[in-house]
Amino acid sequence: MTNPTQEWPLFEIFIRGQHGLSHRHVGSLHAPDAEMAIKNARDVYTRRNEGVSIWVVQASDIAASSPEEKGSLYEPANDKVYRHPTFFDIPEEVGAM
Amino acid sequence: MYAQMIKSTGEGVKSLDEMEPQERAFQERINAGGKIEPKDWMPDGYRKNLIRQIGQHAHSEIVGQLPEGNWITRAPTLERKAILLAKVQDEAGHGLYLYCAAETLGVTRDQLTRDLLSGKMKYSSIFNYPTLTWADMGAVGWLVDGAAIMNQVPLQRTSYGPYARAMVRICKEESFHQRQGYDIMMKMAKGTKAQKKMAQDALNRFWGPALMMFGPSDENSVHSAQSMAWKIKMNSNDELRQKFVDECVPQAEYLGLTVPDPDLKWNEERGHYDFTQPDWDEFFDVLRGNGPCNKERLAARNKAWDDGAWVRDGLMAHAAKKRAAKLAAE
Repeated sequence: MTNPTQEWPLFEIFIRGQHGLSHRHVGSLHAPDAEMAIKNARDVYTRRNEGVSIWVVQASDIAASSPEEKGSLYEPANDKVYRHPTFFDIPEEVGAM
Repeated sequence: MYAQMIKSTGEGVKSLDEMEPQERAFQERINAGGKIEPKDWMPDGYRKNLIRQIGQHAHSEIVGQLPEGNWITRAPTLERKAILLAKVQDEAGHGLYLYCAAETLGVTRDQLTRDLLSGKMKYSSIFNYPTLTWADMGAVGWLVDGAAIMNQVPLQRTSYGPYARAMVRICKEESFHQRQGYDIMMKMAKGTKAQKKMAQDALNRFWGPALMMFGPSDENSVHSAQSMAWKIKMNSNDELRQKFVDECVPQAEYLGLTVPDPDLKWNEERGHYDFTQPDWDEFFDVLRGNGPCNKERLAARNKAWDDGAWVRDGLMAHAAKKRAAKLAAE
């Protein structure tokens, strides 16, 4: 076994499905560059017509929130229930709204 | 299974009261059916166990390409060849999904590869058996992929998010594998006398090793108890093996083939088949490296890695050159 020189960087793969939805994260893979990452993603993640478009992003370029921030990021939404349409009672005689 | 004999690092299962608050919150989340994600806090043992389990599972997918790859050039028709090629390509894909999941736990791909190539990490014992005839492609798809499905379907609900998601993808594709295997068996079993004999011979050779895939009985194992508490193992080995036998026997009957177990019998009271345990001495011997193909399989993986070094290096050099040219043009 030879000593591996340098590991290929990790890319995160996003695929847009057939039906006009957004690109969705499907997994990751290693590739020497973005161009090869797209080629490899085609083989690894779309063998059964799963998509019509591929995005690849080098994993090290992704900034992510951390689990500890959960409270400060998402809790403020909890006391703003009026953002949901069901907060408002509309009389039946008004009809569908 | 594809990950056999995973010894957990924990010393038996702690009760919630014995846990520090952080670990307690972690366990309560798992008990409630929540998922653990890569950046969440997790006990060291959970992380180490998962790396071993997912790594071994990934290695099995990769090494598992070899016994079937053996028949690609000799498939009886062009259609069979294309199908087998697609199946083996799927196995490579499954290996990659799983390596990705393992990497989210902080181990590098190259480290996992090194540990496979040096023999430090294991892969499933089943792939150390040779594939001697075309009927073996049928038996492998039907029995080996069938046994894998038994284990993988419940793992879609495992507590570690990336592992569960990889399993969802894999299970979607795995059913094609089992059916293509059974399709080969049907063809052979309903073919000429010689073909039927080949099908029976393949079943004879793969039955025992397929039963071994689930691992030895783990009823009283502390390791299994810990893995089950962590929900990285969902069923006991015996439970899955029984389910496998119950499913396979009618399938063999349909083929007109005989399961090579003289004591196989429907047990009305239990509602299950009684069957003979496989040869566990043979199982442990294969795990120790003494199976018919252990050396050949590892040598093939090492050769592929060594022979591919110049391609990996060349593509990296090419990528670096392109990056530099792009920078210079800006």
